[in-house]
Amino acid sequence: MTSLITRNETLVAVVIVLFCIIAAVSDPNFLTVTTLSDLLRASIVLGILAVGAMLVLISGGIDVSFTAVAVSAMYMTTKFSLAFAPEMPWFLIFTLSVLLGAGLGAINALFIAGFGLPTLIVTLGTLSVFRGFLLTFVGSDRISALPPDMREFSRMVIARGTTESGDFYNLPWSLAALVAVVLLTAFILHKTMLGRSIFAIGGSVESARRIGINVRRTQVFVYVYVGALAGLAGILHGSMNRMADPFSLVGLELSVIAAVVLGGARLIGGYGTITGTLLGVALIVLVQNSLIVIGIPSTWQSVTIGALILLGTGLPAYQAKRAAARAG
Amino acid sequence: MSGPRIEPKLVESPEFRLAIITVLVFVLMAALSPERFLSPQNLTSMAFQFPEFAILALAVTITMMTGGIDLSVVGVANLSAVVAATILTAFAGAGVVGAAAVMWLGIAVVAAMGVGAVAGFLNGILVSRFGLPPILATLGSGLVFTGLAVAMTGGSAVMGFPAVVAVIGNATLFYVPVPLILFALLAFGLHVLLTRTGFGLRVTMYGANPLAALFAAIDVDRVLLKVYVIAGMFSSVAGLVIMSRANSAKADYGSSYLLLAVLIAVLGGVNPYGGYGRVVGVVLAVLSMQFLSSGLNMLQVSNFARELIWGGLLLLVMVINVTNWAGLRARRAPAKSG
Amino acid sequence: MGSPDTDALIEMRGITKRYAGVTALDEVDFVVAPGEAVCLAGENGSGKSTLIKVLSGVEQPTEGTIRIGGERMTGLTPRRAAAAGVLVIFQDFSLFPNLTVAENIAFVSELAEHRQFFNRRAARETARRVLERIGVDIPLDARVEHLPVAHKQLVAICRALACEARLIIMDEPTTALTEREVRRLLGIIRLLKDEGVAVVFVSHKLAEVLEVSEKVVVLRNGRKVAEGPAEDFDAASLTRHMTGRDVARASPGAFGGTAETLLKVEALNKPGSFSNVSFEMRRGEVLGITGLLGSGRTSLAKALFGLVAPDSGRITLDGQNVPLGDPVAAARARIGYVPEDRLTEGLFLTQSILRNVAVGRLDSHERRGFLDMKALIGEAGDWLTRLKVKTPSLSAPVTSLSGGNQQRVALARWLARAPKMLILNGPSVGVDVGSKAEIHDIIRDLGAQGLGVIVISDDLPELLATCHRILVMRGGEMVEEIEGGSITETELAHKMAS
Repeated sequence: MTSLITRNETLVAVVIVLFCIIAAVSDPNFLTVTTLSDLLRASIVLGILAVGAMLVLISGGIDVSFTAVAVSAMYMTTKFSLAFAPEMPWFLIFTLSVLLGAGLGAINALFIAGFGLPTLIVTLGTLSVFRGFLLTFVGSDRISALPPDMREFSRMVIARGTTESGDFYNLPWSLAALVAVVLLTAFILHKTMLGRSIFAIGGSVESARRIGINVRRTQVFVYVYVGALAGLAGILHGSMNRMADPFSLVGLELSVIAAVVLGGARLIGGYGTITGTLLGVALIVLVQNSLIVIGIPSTWQSVTIGALILLGTGLPAYQAKRAAARAG
Repeated sequence: MSGPRIEPKLVESPEFRLAIITVLVFVLMAALSPERFLSPQNLTSMAFQFPEFAILALAVTITMMTGGIDLSVVGVANLSAVVAATILTAFAGAGVVGAAAVMWLGIAVVAAMGVGAVAGFLNGILVSRFGLPPILATLGSGLVFTGLAVAMTGGSAVMGFPAVVAVIGNATLFYVPVPLILFALLAFGLHVLLTRTGFGLRVTMYGANPLAALFAAIDVDRVLLKVYVIAGMFSSVAGLVIMSRANSAKADYGSSYLLLAVLIAVLGGVNPYGGYGRVVGVVLAVLSMQFLSSGLNMLQVSNFARELIWGGLLLLVMVINVTNWAGLRARRAPAKSG
Repeated sequence: MGSPDTDALIEMRGITKRYAGVTALDEVDFVVAPGEAVCLAGENGSGKSTLIKVLSGVEQPTEGTIRIGGERMTGLTPRRAAAAGVLVIFQDFSLFPNLTVAENIAFVSELAEHRQFFNRRAARETARRVLERIGVDIPLDARVEHLPVAHKQLVAICRALACEARLIIMDEPTTALTEREVRRLLGIIRLLKDEGVAVVFVSHKLAEVLEVSEKVVVLRNGRKVAEGPAEDFDAASLTRHMTGRDVARASPGAFGGTAETLLKVEALNKPGSFSNVSFEMRRGEVLGITGLLGSGRTSLAKALFGLVAPDSGRITLDGQNVPLGDPVAAARARIGYVPEDRLTEGLFLTQSILRNVAVGRLDSHERRGFLDMKALIGEAGDWLTRLKVKTPSLSAPVTSLSGGNQQRVALARWLARAPKMLILNGPSVGVDVGSKAEIHDIIRDLGAQGLGVIVISDDLPELLATCHRILVMRGGEMVEEIEGGSITETELAHKMAS
């Protein structure tokens, strides 16, 4: 029995391959190390956010506030560092941003796990609370004079160079952050009881309660962890763009959720894989950056992403509905 | 009125609580800054400001009554506005006056409403026939609608309308702003629809228990389809108001309105799990929001702070209502252990 | 309270539980020996669920003592009860559909060991051992959502065993099983008993599990009214103890009328559910359709009302063809359907009693799109009065009513539409004894008024008491047709099972 998830993952993989084939045919420059390294760079922030969003979907919720968490953590950290400790080493800056993100995630957790409110509406609310707070009380100026070590980090590369054929490539260390997040999350999800509990509460909250899983604690972990990931994604974003822009990132949440549901995570909870999510991210990044290469004007970007969401979630939903009708 | 009633008594309802809150906010704002808040200019400008997002809130309300949600309302509004604006600039243009202008405005309005109906129909099909969760269906379709508007305009604003277009958003009729009249008509219409028609009762019953609705021989697919079509058409009216007030149409106008519309619906007592909601509550929520944001404006509070306060209010209202909903939810999914 | 029974696994003495003035349990003693199977019988509201909740730590008793394995337990919680080896298998099994069989089985025991890390291989090993212990072969890596009901139940049993259960409490264990599956379950229960695991069956239909049980305990109105060796009980005496009277009523006998044919079902087919079903029903006839779970009776009932779309066949009502697979068309053809599960399928729980009835009549009271509220409410109120629904306020939520009155509300919704034919699926499930008899009276009256009534049920006394004719389904086919009054309960039970 092939599960829907495998099918979703294969579907996305097939679309990605098709995309690349068409792109390569119409533009011979597409299949180069340069394109690959550019796409990889573009996947870092989106990928980290997507892993977090996936975790929330698995637990049976939905989070739309993580971009606001990311930008708030990044901007507050930058401001703090500039005001009090401009010479902060990059890892302290990163840690601060991650902690701030976790703290904001804890606010989501308070409303969701504490009061048991619907996750979409809570995170819609916190999205504007976080952003409103940031822009009102912290600041609304774009800062390009970042703390030196934050700028420094964006220059640190794993590999950089030019291939024999003259293609330039550049793999920043921030890519390692994505790899670390993926590995850590995979470990939590598959190798710890906490991770299995996240799947369990997504599968059935009632059953989880009956067998003695601490549902609240699990939910708190999910939202705090997602906040921490958002804090990391935010500071990476700031560092890679060499600017702390309080207006950035917010609005990206739809693309992130699109990537996750394309990868097979389901809104009802309990389902989602890291492989699928990363494939979804890859597809979204391709659409965002290379749509023009396959002959679709880039103004059609959000139509394409929207259509992908509808197709990617509509097909399995329709199949499930048909199967239910057949079973009687 | 005594004897059996089909509606709960108003005094016992959350709407009554909300009415008190609305009055309190009004009194507070009036007390903080009487000469400005109570000035005719302020009152009129408030009446011009709120209808556009209030109409979107009505659209969200009817979908929330079924236990769904419409996250595409802003996308539909902008797409409708862009279509109307394209017609107005391409065929009429800024110089056209008189009957020709009115005719083209009429055509543009019909086209915009048509866009809203088609968009809503698409949402309805996705939710009812294909069984997509409303959140994902309307999130995806919202991107498509916004994207179509971007694709049509290349992302820039469409402007240069005949002067008559301003009537929708900026004119008054017997001293009453036209957008306010539009909102009042739609709100009253929705109220009647929900409380006085078979369709309205079916919407409520479906929201209360979709499975029981199926077993009670309610044509659930058709009910859902109609609900989303209505939401789509309401959104396009909002789009026209926005277009007229801005004297232009653009794919990303009113991006903060989605949050606001959901907030107003929830604040107005609509149960996000479906089965309960009254237009009176939504209207009261709109008024209290407008008093609040107008008052904050007068106190020189920034737009960002308003976003902060709105979000905070949404969370606060949810926490206050949580006991009611917790009960509703438990009853919707009865445990079989007893 | 006497000296503790040192051999007992479970010893509950003088258990009383009061909720806000209502006494749910009144001085109940309940003892289970190791390896013993006990039937805990009682109607809905008899207190059996409360007793189980107290034993499994979900509820605290108001008075009384609980000993597990001789040890006095105070402040019992579900986790502590599980640690002491008392595990409950709920009717819905409480499994995780998205997780594998192995994980579902191993989850609780791993939680109980306070593990932080999850070891897939160890979980598989645990699961494999337990499955082997009861001699069942279920693929370890299958997702539970893809399993048939009987396998889900076995997974739930395995999960209890993985926690080193000494007592497994099974809530309504056989209702969802086919005859063959019940056989297998009983075999497994015997096996467990041999290993010293005790079992408590909680049910209101116990005939099937009597043969593996040593003891029967019957509760009624919170009191223990009977206790004794299982051999001393049969289905009839159990019912008598549970209800406190002989409920068997005279059969209405064979249908005497000469009324014309109302319903004609021809060669209805739905692969996997039922095949080639044909029958006729006359006006005024009360027709029973019975069969074990999986016999296709519920699918057939739903198909008659359009909730299930048959692949082929024909339904004719009063000479008119009824479109297949369309409940709205079926309702328009004046067929009514009262579902089995009132709480999730039948009623709009948050809505008022009036609305629950009025929802069926929206079309008829609509004038140019607007509802005639007065007529709508008036009519709904009339029907509620005619069906003797007892309530202080018709605007109160329908949840404020008792099970019997709720069922009347569901009936009123359809009767208000003046149906030609009414399908009642499990008309008295979860209804107290007194109301049950009244609902049976209503069913007989409906027939007398000229409606065609189809009663879908596996409650044999109910069928015998209400139906002129009973059709028996087995494996998706109509296998037997029995005239009312010509058969006893035991014979009917045999025909269903054989």
